[in-house]
Parts: sequence; structure tokens; C-alpha cells
Amino acid sequence: MPEVVLSAQNLVKHYPIRKGVLKRTVGQVKAVDGVTFDLHKGETLGIVGESGCGKSTLGRLLMRLEAPTSGTVAFQGEDWSGASGREMRRLRRNIQIVFQDPYTSLNPRMTVGDIVGEPFEIHPDVVPKGGRRKRVQDLLDLVGLNPEHINRYPHQFSGGQRQRIGIARGIALNPSVLICDEPVSALDVSVQAQVVNLMEKLQDELGLAYVFIAHDLSVVRHISDRVGVMYLGRMAELGEEDEVYSRPTHPYTQALLSAVPVPDPTLRGKREQIVLVGDVPSPANPPSGCRFHTRCWKAQDICSTEEPQLVLRPDGHGEHLSACHFAEAREVVQTVDVSDREPDTRFSTLDVGDIPGLDTGPDGVVEEHSDLLHDDTARPPRDTTRLVDEEPEGPRAR
Amino acid sequence: MTEAAVTEAPEATSRGENPVDAGPPRSLAGDAWRAMRRNPLFWISSVMILVFVLMATFPSLFTSTDPTEAILQESRALPGQGTWFGRDIQGYDIYARCIYGARASILVGLFTTIGTVAVGGTIGIIAGYAGGIVDTLLSRLGDIFFAIPLLLGAIIFLVSLPATNNYLFIVLKVVGALVVLGWPSLARLMRSSVIQVKPNDYVQAARALGASPFRIVRAHILPNAVAPMIVVATINLGAYISAEATLSFLGIGLQSPAISWGIDISRAIVGLRTTPHMLFFPSLFLSLAVLAFIMLGDAVRDALDPKNR
Repeated sequence: MPEVVLSAQNLVKHYPIRKGVLKRTVGQVKAVDGVTFDLHKGETLGIVGESGCGKSTLGRLLMRLEAPTSGTVAFQGEDWSGASGREMRRLRRNIQIVFQDPYTSLNPRMTVGDIVGEPFEIHPDVVPKGGRRKRVQDLLDLVGLNPEHINRYPHQFSGGQRQRIGIARGIALNPSVLICDEPVSALDVSVQAQVVNLMEKLQDELGLAYVFIAHDLSVVRHISDRVGVMYLGRMAELGEEDEVYSRPTHPYTQALLSAVPVPDPTLRGKREQIVLVGDVPSPANPPSGCRFHTRCWKAQDICSTEEPQLVLRPDGHGEHLSACHFAEAREVVQTVDVSDREPDTRFSTLDVGDIPGLDTGPDGVVEEHSDLLHDDTARPPRDTTRLVDEEPEGPRAR
Repeated sequence: MTEAAVTEAPEATSRGENPVDAGPPRSLAGDAWRAMRRNPLFWISSVMILVFVLMATFPSLFTSTDPTEAILQESRALPGQGTWFGRDIQGYDIYARCIYGARASILVGLFTTIGTVAVGGTIGIIAGYAGGIVDTLLSRLGDIFFAIPLLLGAIIFLVSLPATNNYLFIVLKVVGALVVLGWPSLARLMRSSVIQVKPNDYVQAARALGASPFRIVRAHILPNAVAPMIVVATINLGAYISAEATLSFLGIGLQSPAISWGIDISRAIVGLRTTPHMLFFPSLFLSLAVLAFIMLGDAVRDALDPKNR
């Protein structure tokens, strides 16, 4: 196993809830409550979970944009939670961040050259002054932007291009770790693919390790080597990508995976959906014992009294980390692993004029022919989430 | 995935219209200047301001008449009767007094604006960026000054300082009074825009890169937060010129024999119905000066925003 570059030990972040004139602390929002993991050199760790589970706070803690309430973050064995100003600046070179929203993560009053070149101004010893402009242009080239656009402003670029600028800024100092806080969730699906592919390319070329925070399970599966599932500030399950996706042992992971849309019409209605009841409890007052027991169909008395630890538990094939007293593998039909298939390049270009397989109908509307759709129309729908596809009067079912 | 296709599409459309893309590096100020040069408002206002500044520094370029020469038998003479703008109740040449009056107004307006921007802007940035107890203390301090009525405060301030006949010292007294009472509004404005800009991801990204607080404020917060203050400060510049006129009108600002538009306006009130030209010309100069600075403020704001290019 390659060396550990980033290690989080029992990371905790509580935000105080203050009330009244005197701002008395009346409670704590437990955004991140004891998260432990190691990130190895050159690997991608995906962090998934629903909104409000503490994913982004975890990213900001790793980045030291916020001070943890307790716990440590160590970079190559060097704890940087207590680092001094000078030491912190040095350590910051090694860990960089890419933000979710490409529209607020770039200063609108700086040119692309200034944005991507800013890391060199802050750390002037990295690149000598004369070579900075050239280096910025190299970086733009590396992320697939035209180096001649160095004098443009962020608003002159599209969302995907802006995210590339953010990535170029992130990799400017040659970091070992790039924390990606939902880097593609604000982008169109086709642009998402381009950015994800760019990130994979950069990982191969530069040996970056990613902490990839996202809520899109398919994207995370595509890019990640290992995946952690978070629920209410805690890690519910952590393992290799196929361990978590093919043999999930935590009920929450199983429920999450069962909700992933399947892009294969032949599987329609054949899969089992686990519909959770109730809402996510408030992180200010999390349930006792296992945090998931209020919504879990397997919950028993022990779940509300004793907190299950994130330890290796058998998953039917091997074993991986899971925090459930009753961990057992369960077959969930979920996202198809496409990493070994030939990518469909039809939509990888912006030029849609000559896409094979599409033809123009008599009224100029592009229609798609799919034999699978016709075969399935006779069967009554059982999977309610797919109802709309099967309407016999739909425009596609001719 | 064909990365090249993505980047080439916008390039093809913009090659022709933006030939400076790959030119030498450009700064925000340089770009702002380039945008401002194309704005007619900027040229009109700067020509007007230049004329007023020339008037203030070298009034003898515009008139050879002594503004303190009173010809009482020609008191209240109408425009054209021997002089361009007529004469006022003391028999002074109104044209000459309008020219010489520019100095007091421009000095008070400029110095007060510089003072309020420096004091209010700095305090606003510190309060907004630091937050917490620093913000609370500075904001309450601002509230205390904000609560003092302008005229009452200015009267107390001006009366409590020793009287003097030194022209510059009198001007600085008026400037001081207006700065002390005027900075809180700019500080509040600056504080709120800093608070608005601070949580943006690009500020966080700069922090993540290890930028110092000074660098974050200078490179990221200030350029994005300063526009409202520039606009309000230039509008206030006009207001300060009028405040100077008000204080002179009340007899606590500049006083005769000093020459100022405010003094002339206050003296012209007696002939408002019979000889309105005595009021009209100083008021016209006052309005034009205020207008010029407001227009310049607009042009600067537009130029500082790259989205308008």
C-alpha cells in the first residue's frame, strides 16, 4: 500500500448555537463528529452523503479553513492542526482545494492570469518572477484552456471552463492532495464528464491524491478508488469502491444506492428500492447510539443505546469498514460500473451536427430510435420512479 | 474526451473582436483606465473638474477683476450692465466672486471626501473583516458619531476651536468638522460590502493558498467592495460642498471677507424676488461642481466593473 499523505484522526467540528442578549451557548451543531480516515498517495477517496451530513465541513477542516473542535489532520505524518503561521503557509502548498461553485470561486475583478498566478505571488520562491507568466500559460494548457486567454476575466468563460481555471489554480503549487468540494455538481452533465476526465488525467500526470466530495453516487463511483459514506457527521461505511458499491453492509448505504437512477431500461422495475421514512434528524440533537437507528428498518434496542464503531465487518466476500451492529451484504442493483467500457464519445464534443444514431424528424425535431423502449412498453410499471418513461402516449413511443 | 473542441469554440468567435487577449499582462487599474477613456461622461466631467480646479488654483486666469472691490452705486446691477453676471448687493462683481469662490468649495469638498474615505473606509474594512468584538466596538463608535446631528455637531466643533484668520486653517476646521461627523456612513457602507464579499469562495481560496490578511484585503476584498463607496463618496463630495455652503450661510464656516459660493448664496437671499441673478450664478457654479463630481463617480464605478466592458 502506498504511503499515507493525509490522515484525519477523530476529526470533530461543533458549531455553538448562541441565543439571547448574552449569546449564551445553548447547544452544539455537530457538523462533523469523529471522522477518521487515511488518504494514500495518488488515490481518490470519494465522500458521499446527503445534504447537511458534514461533507463540506469535513473538506474545510482538512483544508484548515476552519479550526477543528478536536482531532487532528496530519500531512505526511506532520500534524498541522497546531501549526504556526509560517509553517501553515508551507503546509498549504501541499493541500489545495477546488470549490463547488465556479461562479463565486474566481475573483471577478482579476484576469485569469492573475487568478492562476496568485499562488506564485504568495509563494514567490516556487517560480522566479520572469517565468510566472509562462508557467500560468502552461497550467492553462494543462487543464485544456487556451493559453492565449490569459488576459480574460472569469465572466467571459462558461461554467466548465471556469471550473478548469479553479483546478489550474489548485494545482499551480504542485500539491500532493487536492480537496474537491463538489467540483462538478454545479455543471451540466456533459461538462461534468469533461471535468471528471480532466481530473483523472491530472491525477495520472501529477500523482495527485483527491478527496472527492460529492453527492452524485455515479460520479463518485467513476472517479474513486475508495469511498466513504457519511451520515450526520459520522462515517457510516468506508471501503474500496466495489466493496461499498457491490457489497454495501450499512443499511444507509444500501438505501442510498437503491435510489440511484439506472440508465438501463432493461433493468426497469426489476430492482428493489429502499424508501427511508422520516427526515434526517437535526445535527444539533443527533439520535443516541447509532445515528441512523431512527430511520433504519433493521434497528433493534442495541442500536439506540450503543454506538456501532467503524470497524472491519464481513461483507460476504471479504470485509471492510462499516458502522452497523447488523452489517450484512445485500444485493442492490445500482450504478453500472463502466470503467472498463469504451466511453461513448458522441457527446464529448460541442459539435452536435453529425452525431450518428440521431436523425431529424419531419418537423425538425431530433428523435432517438431505441428498440429497448418499444419492447418494454407492454409490461406494467412497478418501479414508480420510472413511470414517466413508460407512458404509452409519450412522444418517443411511436 | 476531446478537450480541444471545448476550448476552441469560444476562441473562434472572439479572435477577431479581442486582439489584446495574449498581449502583455494588464492590471485592473490599467483596464479601468482603458474603459474610462471610451466613456464620454468621463471626459465631460473631467473637463468640468479641470476647469473648477484651475479656477480654484489660479483664479486670475479667468478674471482680472478684484472680487473684493465693492462699487456700491452699481449695487444689484443686472447682468450685462457693465459686468457679465451683474453685481450683488455690496456692489461686488458676481462673476469674479463665482471664480474666486471655487477655491473654498473645491478644497472643502476634496479634503472632506479624502478624509471620510480614509477614516471611514479603513474602519469599515477592519470592522467587516475582523468581525466579532472589534466589529461591535467600531460599529458602536460609529453609531455614536452618526447620532450627532450634522449642524449641531459642526457648530460645537467649529466654535470650540480657536478663531483664526488663516484661510487654510479655517478650511481645515470645516473639513475636520465634516470628516468627524461624516465618516460613519462610509464606514457602515464599507463594512457591509466587506461582509458581503468576505465569505465568497475566492476569498476562501486565497486563504487556502496561504495569503496574508493584508493581501486578501488588498487583492480580493477591496476591489470587490470599494465600488459602492466610490459612488457614495463622490455623491457626498457634492453634499460636502453644499454643507460648506450651509455652514458659511449660517456664519460658522467661512466668513467674509473670505469668498465662497455659500456666503454669496446666503447674501443673495434678500434679493430673491427682485434680483434673482445674485442667487442664480453662485448656485449654478455650485450645482455644476457637484454634478461634475457625481458624473466622475459614475464613470469610475462603471470602469471598475469588468462586467460592463
